[in-house]
Amino acid sequence: MAASTLTPGPANAPAADTRWLAVCPAERLVPERGAAVLLPDGTQAAVFRTHDGALYAVDNRDPFSGAQVMARGIVGDRAGEPTVASPMHKQVFSLRTGACLDSPGTGLRVFEVSEAESTIRLAAPAPVGGGAAR
Amino acid sequence: MRELIVVGNGMVGHRLVEALRSRDTDDQWRITVLGAESRPAYDRVALSSRFDGAEEDDLLLPDLTAHGHVDLRLGAEAVGIDRENRTVTTADGAVLGYDALVLATGSEPFVPPVPGRDLTGCFVYRTLDDLDAIAAAAQGARAGIVVGGGLLGLEAANALRLLGLDTHVVELAPRLMPVQIDEGGGALLRRLVEDLGVNVHLGAGAAEITGAAGRVTGLRFAEGHPLGAIGADLVVFAAGVRPRDALARAAGLPVGPRGGVVVDSGCRTEDPAVYAVGECACLDGTVYGLVAPCNAMAEVAADRLLGGGATFPGADTATKLKLLGVDVASFGDAHGSTPGALDVVMNDAVGRTYAKLVVSDDAGTLLGGVLVGDASRYASLRPLVGRPLPGDPLELIAPAGAGLGPGDLPDDAQVCSCNAVTKGEITTAIDEHACTDVAAVKACTRAGTSCGSCVPMLKTLLSAAGVEQSTALCEHFSHTRAELWEIVAATGVRTFSELVAAHGTGRGCDICKPVVASILASQGNGHVLDGEQAALQDTNDHFLANIQRNGSYSVVPRIPGGEITPEKLMVIAEVARDFKLYTKITGGQRIDLFGARVDQLPHIWSRLVAAGFESGHAYGKALRTVKSCVGSTWCRYGVQDSVGLAVELELRYRGLRAPHKIKAGVSGCARECAEARSKDVGVIATEHGWNLYVGGNGGFRPRHAELLAADVDTATLVKLIDRFLMFYVRTADRLQRTAAWIEAMDGGLDHLRAVVVDDSLGIAAELEAAMARHIDNYADEWKGVLDDPEKLARFTSFVNAPDVPDPSISFSVLREQRVPTDPAQPVALGMPTTRSAP
Repeated sequence: MAASTLTPGPANAPAADTRWLAVCPAERLVPERGAAVLLPDGTQAAVFRTHDGALYAVDNRDPFSGAQVMARGIVGDRAGEPTVASPMHKQVFSLRTGACLDSPGTGLRVFEVSEAESTIRLAAPAPVGGGAAR
Repeated sequence: MRELIVVGNGMVGHRLVEALRSRDTDDQWRITVLGAESRPAYDRVALSSRFDGAEEDDLLLPDLTAHGHVDLRLGAEAVGIDRENRTVTTADGAVLGYDALVLATGSEPFVPPVPGRDLTGCFVYRTLDDLDAIAAAAQGARAGIVVGGGLLGLEAANALRLLGLDTHVVELAPRLMPVQIDEGGGALLRRLVEDLGVNVHLGAGAAEITGAAGRVTGLRFAEGHPLGAIGADLVVFAAGVRPRDALARAAGLPVGPRGGVVVDSGCRTEDPAVYAVGECACLDGTVYGLVAPCNAMAEVAADRLLGGGATFPGADTATKLKLLGVDVASFGDAHGSTPGALDVVMNDAVGRTYAKLVVSDDAGTLLGGVLVGDASRYASLRPLVGRPLPGDPLELIAPAGAGLGPGDLPDDAQVCSCNAVTKGEITTAIDEHACTDVAAVKACTRAGTSCGSCVPMLKTLLSAAGVEQSTALCEHFSHTRAELWEIVAATGVRTFSELVAAHGTGRGCDICKPVVASILASQGNGHVLDGEQAALQDTNDHFLANIQRNGSYSVVPRIPGGEITPEKLMVIAEVARDFKLYTKITGGQRIDLFGARVDQLPHIWSRLVAAGFESGHAYGKALRTVKSCVGSTWCRYGVQDSVGLAVELELRYRGLRAPHKIKAGVSGCARECAEARSKDVGVIATEHGWNLYVGGNGGFRPRHAELLAADVDTATLVKLIDRFLMFYVRTADRLQRTAAWIEAMDGGLDHLRAVVVDDSLGIAAELEAAMARHIDNYADEWKGVLDDPEKLARFTSFVNAPDVPDPSISFSVLREQRVPTDPAQPVALGMPTTRSAP
């Protein structure tokens, strides 16, 4: 499968101080079933592979409920836009931009994600204070 | 700008301000509203929903102060009017000037002058505060009496019943709701109300409210009543209302013979600067108490204030209500007081419906009617009052009769009487505003926005106008759920990808995927987490547990019929203790264990499965529980083994995926301790066998199940439930409970009975066979996960740190158990080690 990277949304693009975090072996990421990733700064991301093989990563935190659950949402599309629905109250977010399609103005961070050497990697923001994870 | 003062912030005052604000486009008026209650305006008609779980906020009417030019003063009671200087004085001494004044002070409850009426424990039923006081007094009380068997009295009786009191209704007239319904309807209403356990005393006057130490002890009837007296801890007076007109009287404005400020057809009092609307006004010698005519007055006054010439259109006192779960409707000349009027009556004592039409002496014109037990014809009959009958009157009310189509209604017939919207206005709105659904019609015309009884007619009018109300499941499938079910059954498609490629578009969503998952599961497609199916499941089905507010899950092992050995109970207790799970008994007679992280679920379940437990499917749109009372095994009243049957039914239907959750109950005698009639499938023992009820539910709109078959033996009962459930699974819409499914069915319960009991479609054998396949193929879902390493691997919090628990899930302690940390409180975030993927 071809490596796939994505341009993150402009509002919350990871700055230069990111590092590529190995997430899991490529075969562990099953199409349309998300996986939660613990980031070095203690926040969480949700990584997805859509049906066409494209990779996406957004915040795992559902901004409406505050719970870390986005990876457990149902993946699909709205008019062709790849989406994930919050498992809490079903708000739908674009996987591409992180924007909430049901409530404009709310959204998820988006992370760059790549697949190479059979490994999924994610461009993680550095931990606060610059200290790497132990 | 001119100054308008509105005295009274009830529904009618609110309606007046709303009407004025929406039409006063040149900002002619600045409005000050004086409300004596401390609350914003609320929907008094829906007051009783407070006891069905409605919160105060649910009842509030829209806030109008956002429009600007509206100054709402709560807790500001008007105490005097100086008409000469055009000022209103409030209780706190403020003096406000006006150019126009509207009195919308409403009414106050009438408390008959019986001795003892001031004792502690006596209440009226008028405001939210009254209801809260009644609810507080009901704590620890045993019995309650409602004085008054009218509309409000029956609402109050239902409230007492819901509060768990032994309830009595005392009514002076020889029937309930004497103003609205006739003797025949009253007799049936009495039976239906008594069936609910309410004691009805008719033709009975109260001589005294008895008391001891200043508190209510009961009621003594007037001389000659066979009972003499009844005991009670509280008394609610609901014996009518009186116009609140003291302010107007003091200001020298004329009042009617039975009170109420006299107004002309423009709602203006003798003083041209003062209007009165609603229950405090007396128009043509009548004081109106129903919301529709009162709203009409508010509209008239608003129009007059803006220089219009509107006049009161005459009152429609038609009423349709659900009282104690019983449909009651009355419209037009319900008592046949028009000279020469003829009655056409259909009284079905078995089916428990009563319908009467009052027609003119030549049987050509509909004058009015009464419907009890089933008021579904109300929406089509009421608008025809005063008009030529479109057919044989008996045909219009006969159970299997043709009924009326929208074509029978003339354009000027009122479809929504609450908001005075005619059929013509609705059809015009559908055309001009291109309304495509009921919500759009409501927004354009206000029809259906108050009591909602005309909503079925709005749907019919939309269809008649050629508007296809979309039945598409979502943007990915143009089919209904039932159609998809048939496609899957007929084509043998077994994956979502094949189905959406061949019959839909795109890649699905959170609406269609769980629907397809459910359809596949109910047609026997292996474990719900097998292969691609896993990606279709809602998070609850995905983790076979119920997600909670902090992202943790709850666990519910199946306890068939609520019967459990002490040994198994101990296993649950030990698991809960070892994993520190918050433990609560559910309404369905089982035990819910809260606060499990995803990675703990397999550990919890390996212990539960080892002890013989299975998934309780609390997470699924599936059979939940079959609740039971203890039955004839122990109970001295029981006539059948309700626990045994409940266990048998729960084991038979466990794991059955459906359009929505399914609950069932079995009661061992007519006392109905299992509350079976609030379930989708309710079984009640009789001396000769079982009665089967279907279509009940609790929740947002509680509904009693209705009788499908009576006095059947166990084998027949099981066969009928097999057919009923499988028919529901196949044909209901997404998230449609059995109640709504039956309501929406052409022919309703009668059609359902024909299909399920009489096999009118010839599908009974097929339905039974499908259920037999489900029973044969059943396997415990949790055991399926524990036995499969691939499925087990999904149960980790983090794909890059499988051993790390989710640090965002934290707990505090409440009543000795762990509960989610209040999100408003700062959450302590741990900084656990992350590690690279292997």
